[in-house]
Amino acid sequence: MSQKRLEILGELIPKGSRVLDLGCGDGSFLKYLQTSRQCFGYGIELDDANVASCIERGVNVLQLNLEEGLKLFEDQSFDVVLQMDTLQHLRNAETMLKETARVGKMGLVTFPNFAHWPNRLSVLKGRMPVTKHLPYEWYDTPNIRVATFNDFQELAQKNNLRVSKAFGLVGERPISIFANFLASTAVFTLTSTLSTGEN
Amino acid sequence: MTFYTETQTMQFKEVLPLESGASLGSYELAYETYGQLNESRSNAILICHALNASHHVAGEYLGQSNSKGWWDNMIGPGKPVDTNRFFVIGVNNLGSCFGSTGPMQINPATQKPYGADFPVVTVQDWVDAQEKLVTRLGIENLLAVMGGSLGGMQVLAWSMRYPKRLKHAIVIASAPNLTAENIAFNEVARRAIVTDPDFHGGHFYEHGVIPKRGLRIARMIGHITYLSDDVMNTRFGRQLRRASDLSDPDATQAQNYLYSTLDVEFQIESYLRYQGDKFAEYFDANTYLLITRALDYFDPAKNFGGNLSEAMRCIEAKFLVISFTTDWRFSPQRSQELVKALLDNHCQVSYVNIDAPHGHDAFLLEDPQYMSVVKSYFKHL
Repeated sequence: MSQKRLEILGELIPKGSRVLDLGCGDGSFLKYLQTSRQCFGYGIELDDANVASCIERGVNVLQLNLEEGLKLFEDQSFDVVLQMDTLQHLRNAETMLKETARVGKMGLVTFPNFAHWPNRLSVLKGRMPVTKHLPYEWYDTPNIRVATFNDFQELAQKNNLRVSKAFGLVGERPISIFANFLASTAVFTLTSTLSTGEN
Repeated sequence: MTFYTETQTMQFKEVLPLESGASLGSYELAYETYGQLNESRSNAILICHALNASHHVAGEYLGQSNSKGWWDNMIGPGKPVDTNRFFVIGVNNLGSCFGSTGPMQINPATQKPYGADFPVVTVQDWVDAQEKLVTRLGIENLLAVMGGSLGGMQVLAWSMRYPKRLKHAIVIASAPNLTAENIAFNEVARRAIVTDPDFHGGHFYEHGVIPKRGLRIARMIGHITYLSDDVMNTRFGRQLRRASDLSDPDATQAQNYLYSTLDVEFQIESYLRYQGDKFAEYFDANTYLLITRALDYFDPAKNFGGNLSEAMRCIEAKFLVISFTTDWRFSPQRSQELVKALLDNHCQVSYVNIDAPHGHDAFLLEDPQYMSVVKSYFKHL
């Protein structure tokens, strides 16, 4: 993740939060949150190389399979649960949103926006998109859940998550108008309605 | 790079109260150290051993080939636990048979070997004795305590009994207690020893015999549980022993069974017998009984109504927990119970589940991911 992106997304996390990063990759965002936002947290990651990188960085990492849920974690035990570019790899993407609302008071979710205009163009031409943000062919992609900016809002609400902020990223630039069309990455901050007592 | 080491012994005259209510009036601990203790005495790492290992963790004894320590691939100059940076201590536990006070030693009360009269010692007792040694070495705070299997249980006990005396706890292929199945395996091993006619109620030393048959069988069953089904099949499969015996003139016909119930037929039988024989030559039967009992008894949650999270509330150390995917004796789920209790207490913890084929034995082997994770972790210490 670029420094600029770390900063834009880091701003969304309240300082000193207890953070759980689902699919934390090499741990760079968690490390940034620890050093620049005084957060305390854990990452969950399955990939061996990424787990080793987290340890190398001095980030707490737990090698667990997200497909098995978050059974090690108690209700509302984290201030923030992160799903940075994780959602699209999960078979049980919906369950994981439910779990996010259960375990965290707040969620931050980012994923590649399938409705980004170059993708639409590609599909119009009759081919699945292969872009900088979706660099895989349809037959070997780990992105098994392709969603659009608008799709997600609907699913979040259904799973005890109220959208508090929604915007898109065009490269490193946040945009909030026409994000479904213009943004390559969708960004949502969510409030767990389980924590606020809403229903 | 080979380096040489020597065993040292420390005498303790003060009474050591034991968890059972009994006590040891005086005792000795055999230990080894590697590397240099720094001036601020802040680079000490204690290694806790499992069932059949000892204080001889790394290095070799001068003039003795094949005398490498049991964790030599992990500990030494330039190794994941780098003795160029750390002062590493290996200690033989009470009741063991490699130099510390145990059943083979003379009981001052009777002037005969303790034998079966050696008091039952627990993981907590071992840790208490280790603490005395560490203190005597002038070390107030350990940088880390590290161990695998039963050694991991000692690490856990350290972190709960002396929470302020260690900064890091490295628990490998371990569990917060044994399952019924696990106790069952231990019991089979113990029965094998106890029912050996040479056992003599644990006082076999004075009869000049050793219950080797029992020890062999105990080791055989233990060994089966330390390996995975896959690894056993890969190494031995259904191979017949005669097929590999070059001195057998009929080896070419070795695809035929011997149709014997008494001869060694399959390679795996030969392997287990070899392991059993080797073990019976050097391991003490009473020690085997004591150590497996210590394993059975270990259960820190017991005094907290079975609530491990409550039991671990006092923990201050930062944890690295490692399990192995094919380890069914101390399965990844058991390590995850530990991780959960640490999470419940907001402790710092990393957990790595190494995808290795070797079962429980993997913690002693040189898996690249395993080695690299430990190395990276220790870089931050």
